[in-house]
Amino acid sequence: MAATGGMLAVYAIPVAPELARVLDLAGYAWKGVTSVDEAAEHEPADGWQGVIVDCTGDPEAAWAFTRTLRKADSAAIKVLVLIGGGQLSDLDLRDELFDDFCLSPFHPSEFEARMRHLLWNTREVMTRADLVEYGELLLNLETYQATISKRPLDLTYMEYELLKFLAQNPGKVFTREMLLSRVWGYEYYGGARTVDVHIRRLRAKLGEEHANLIQTVRSVGYRFGQSRWGT
Amino acid sequence: MLDQQRDYVLRTVEERGVRLVRLWFTDVLGNLKSFAISPAELENALEDGMTFDGSSIDGFSRIQEADVLAIPDPDTFEIIPWGEAGAAEARVFCDIHNLDGLPFSGDPRQVLRRNADAARELGYTFFLAPDIEFFYFEPPEKGDKPKPLDNDGFFDLGTRDAAGDLRKQTIRKLEQLGIPVEYSFHEDSPSQQEIDLRHTDALTMADSVMTFRLVVKEVAANQGVHATFMPKPLEGVQGSGMHLHMSLFRGEENAFYDPSDPYNLSPVAKAFMAGLLRHAAEITAITNQTVNSYKRLVPGFEAPVHVSWARNNRSGLIRVPIAKKGNPTATRIEYRSPDPACNPYLAFSVLLAAGMRGVAEGYELPEEADANLFEMDDAALAKLGINQLPQSLADALKVMEGSELVQEALGEHIFEWFLRNKRREWRDYKTHVSQFEMDRYLRSI
Repeated sequence: MAATGGMLAVYAIPVAPELARVLDLAGYAWKGVTSVDEAAEHEPADGWQGVIVDCTGDPEAAWAFTRTLRKADSAAIKVLVLIGGGQLSDLDLRDELFDDFCLSPFHPSEFEARMRHLLWNTREVMTRADLVEYGELLLNLETYQATISKRPLDLTYMEYELLKFLAQNPGKVFTREMLLSRVWGYEYYGGARTVDVHIRRLRAKLGEEHANLIQTVRSVGYRFGQSRWGT
Repeated sequence: MLDQQRDYVLRTVEERGVRLVRLWFTDVLGNLKSFAISPAELENALEDGMTFDGSSIDGFSRIQEADVLAIPDPDTFEIIPWGEAGAAEARVFCDIHNLDGLPFSGDPRQVLRRNADAARELGYTFFLAPDIEFFYFEPPEKGDKPKPLDNDGFFDLGTRDAAGDLRKQTIRKLEQLGIPVEYSFHEDSPSQQEIDLRHTDALTMADSVMTFRLVVKEVAANQGVHATFMPKPLEGVQGSGMHLHMSLFRGEENAFYDPSDPYNLSPVAKAFMAGLLRHAAEITAITNQTVNSYKRLVPGFEAPVHVSWARNNRSGLIRVPIAKKGNPTATRIEYRSPDPACNPYLAFSVLLAAGMRGVAEGYELPEEADANLFEMDDAALAKLGINQLPQSLADALKVMEGSELVQEALGEHIFEWFLRNKRREWRDYKTHVSQFEMDRYLRSI
């Protein structure tokens, strides 16, 4: 069968019985974890082979786990998320957080096929684009530095994260709620107004000539750069 | 999250060639305190904090343990925009902890954190936008009367507008530090300025006010000008206030807004206002903490004297500005007594606590007082049930002393220390024989 020797981490505890059964039948060694710290603590010597995140229980906590995992582990460990049929929209704009997903309840053979595909190139080193560029704006994701027309921007961490997210998704309109959940994550409870405050600060730091890079879309939210439809 | 932020700060220090990191915190009276560390120490500081002797700081000292721990809040890390090129400096605000890691009860920033968290538990975020007034003077010698730079009035453009240039430079620096400005203009009195900041959550705003006062003074000093936040530096003209626009948000919703109310005020807004009004006298020593503060709170100079509210009556303590149509997020109340010499962390704490008490206990909002209260005599005011704000620091301290609300909001340590310190200030003032008395009595009696 599919087992290739490594160990899988499975979030959350208790692991759903049907999930445990299919993993056992397919011959995977696995361990349930409830937090990234715990995953780090129990990590086997040769590393986790992959991570399965079950989002059908408490989706907010599960996505927070995935986010923390990604941030803690830049070597991009393979992540498969399990979601309910009604949760498909949760995947929007979270592409960087998972490698594949499977709808739950799942068909055991489909789940196994996805696991096989997910893990077939585990040992391959993932590289990610280190630079984000839009017009005069340049973000170096490795050094966390941002420049506009070659001028360095002095940003706080959250301002940087917000600008990065916007610049990676130019032309799309985001509501405040969306920005809050995608940039700040669910661990932040400051309220959507925080987004306005940070946008205003970013505009000020971009300077007058570039402030319109971030546009207010009336009664919706914000858009970075030109609309994809040229309006 | 925290690890990422630390990483970000350390990387930025390296990439931007930062030579000095200033750790900022605030004493109980609202003075900005700072010590500098080299970038090599920063990682350690972010991880474990820096130990220092708290007994040298006003309001920190306790007999048992003197050492406290300053732990930088990486979210507030900013490059200071007036450092030399190639030798950049940065600042970061700190939370003060005891050596055992618990929040230090003498740290005003921790006090505000605690009060903001309590409101957040109930689902509310407290937003504030201050209108800060101040004066530019020629650098004073001790004993001198202050000399204004100009004699312009409200909104004047001024032909020789030195103050206008200063204001412009100040605003540029504030924006670079992530403190967005909404308006700025020349105020009523000679050489008086006003800068209005955009709303943020309370903790960010208290940090911003601390930074603001430093930037204003720094920019002025560079041009040989003295900027002051003294509440009433000139007799016979308006003093400097710090009107606070306040609202509570629940997520994206303004909890103060209700389209069905004629004033667009929700029951939460009304109860919050009622809380502020009922406890106004108790919190005045904190919002107006100097002897001089009470020379501003007198009739005739657009400063509030009475505990009342109205939509468009600037003699009241709380004004309800008319929000632009179709903009529910702009619904807010304006609390008008505080002055810019207060400790913003403590002032925001007691204001929030007073408002939230009103919300928690469902206080009833009194009638609007839309008449000009300055023209009414005491009997007429008493009939309306309208009281005065405390008339002096001594009065304010006396009311505060009996306030269980203020004690709870500030915590025992700061409550006791503040009362002790301010009573001493009042005693020193009381023994001073003023020019007024000389002029009035020396020859006639």
